[in-house]
Amino acid sequence: MTDNILSLLESDARLTPEQIAAMCNKEVGDIRKMISEYEQTGVILGYKALIDWDKTDREYVSALIELKISPQRDRGFDRVAELIYHYPEVQSLYLMSGSFDLAVMIEGRTMREVAYFVAAKLATLEDVVATATHFVLRKYKDKGVIYGPAVVDERGNCL
Amino acid sequence: MNFDYEQIIGKTVREMKPSGIRKFFDLLEEMKGVISLTVGQPDFVTPWHIRNAGIESLVQGKTYYTSNAGTLALRREIATYLDRRFGLQYDGDHEVIVTVGGSEAIDLAFRALLNPGDEVIIPLPAFVCYEPLVRLAGGVPVIVNTREEDRFRLTADLLRSAITPRTKMLVLPFPNNPTGAIMERQDLEAIAKILRETGIMVLSDEIYAELTYGKRHVSIASLPDMRERTVLVSGFSKAYAMTGWRLGYLAAPAPLCRHLLKIHQYAIMCAPTTAQFAAVEALANGDGDIETMAAEYDRRRRYLVNRLRGMGIPCFEPEGAFYVWPNISGFGMNSEQFCEKLLYEYGVAIVPGNAFGDCGEGFARISYAYSIQHIDQALTKIQQMVTDIRTKK
Repeated sequence: MTDNILSLLESDARLTPEQIAAMCNKEVGDIRKMISEYEQTGVILGYKALIDWDKTDREYVSALIELKISPQRDRGFDRVAELIYHYPEVQSLYLMSGSFDLAVMIEGRTMREVAYFVAAKLATLEDVVATATHFVLRKYKDKGVIYGPAVVDERGNCL
Repeated sequence: MNFDYEQIIGKTVREMKPSGIRKFFDLLEEMKGVISLTVGQPDFVTPWHIRNAGIESLVQGKTYYTSNAGTLALRREIATYLDRRFGLQYDGDHEVIVTVGGSEAIDLAFRALLNPGDEVIIPLPAFVCYEPLVRLAGGVPVIVNTREEDRFRLTADLLRSAITPRTKMLVLPFPNNPTGAIMERQDLEAIAKILRETGIMVLSDEIYAELTYGKRHVSIASLPDMRERTVLVSGFSKAYAMTGWRLGYLAAPAPLCRHLLKIHQYAIMCAPTTAQFAAVEALANGDGDIETMAAEYDRRRRYLVNRLRGMGIPCFEPEGAFYVWPNISGFGMNSEQFCEKLLYEYGVAIVPGNAFGDCGEGFARISYAYSIQHIDQALTKIQQMVTDIRTKK
């Protein structure tokens, strides 16, 4: 049941408590209560739309930046991660296994803006040993959704 | 020379009525901005690993005819699948024929089994193909009307009342399009008890077998003494969202298959090769896809039924396929009037129940092969119409 509500909302955050209740044969009140508990305990952190900015006029670039870090003795990577994720330009931040330590996804309006952010804000952090910036040339799929032409219902009417 | 084509066309086909719903669908296609809940096919795309298996077969140049009955690999995979999912024992080498959709399998069975004048019992409401195909094969359709109070199942009494000395076959279209009715083991047992006393053959159309909710589908062929009198028809369209691949199959005793195969061999040659390769992948690795899609249909089903009942529209609880079958007789209109009003004035399309037989009058078929948001938009408009009708009264 718990998984059910969460996976329903994960696949479509617009579902209303009424809809979820009807789909699961539950009382709306119970569903509301569960959702608000998830929100209060931070299991559900937010609801967002997936937007393909390439289909709009807005200028938009994103980049993946690999960071090598020399971790601090007492706080490991957490302190430096904190210094990074508070920047609104940072869309996501992961601690990685392998040849680098932190993967930072940055969004900006122009390449220059992103490059400036890396040079001025990331590379200058005391614990950052090296950076490698990879600009995204094209987004094919994100959060399980394929970025392409809108899907048109072309099914024939057969009984 | 001036041809009078009406006279040239053979009598049987001349008298065959075009599907009554065509007119409605043509209308629908001309209108813009209509929210449709009419289609009888999944909204899912065929799962990628299955599509990819089809593509891979093309890359490898597998563009030939297969053997008439279908590739041995596929037939054996079908036999394994029928055993795994429904406890049915068929020999893939001799008892399975791969066809162009389930529809071809139905046509084959009628053509192979019927002599002129043989009667075929067809429970309605049902998919529209049985009656015309029986006539085309020279048979005589005998309609029995299932009832809402029986949850649209075929009862022993209904069956008994339709049997005559000329009865050759019984069609069992369950899980049912359009009602969503299923037949449980005890329902089938009651039918089987009658059939055992007769020589009547069964055409069991189980195309929706994987789409049942809460209860597993039971095939009549799994009941004692039924396998030898059953032609089981199924396919890939509904379970794996593969309608466009045109692939179905039938399973029947070998001595029957030998004859059915002759028609298939002359009229069709073999089912599409690319689709056959994709289907092997579907059967071997697609059980998870079935579960995922069925779970999604189930959520939509409950949502639709709950909403419709919430509007005060009586709605039988469908347990299979992807349709709900609300009773709309309480609005002072017949099914067509109701659906036309909904279409013209509220921009929502559903199928009038009489498209599936006269006994469908008073009902409508709503497909939930659509996203929940799409269904929700349509329901909001249906709610409006219901409210408008009631407040005017």
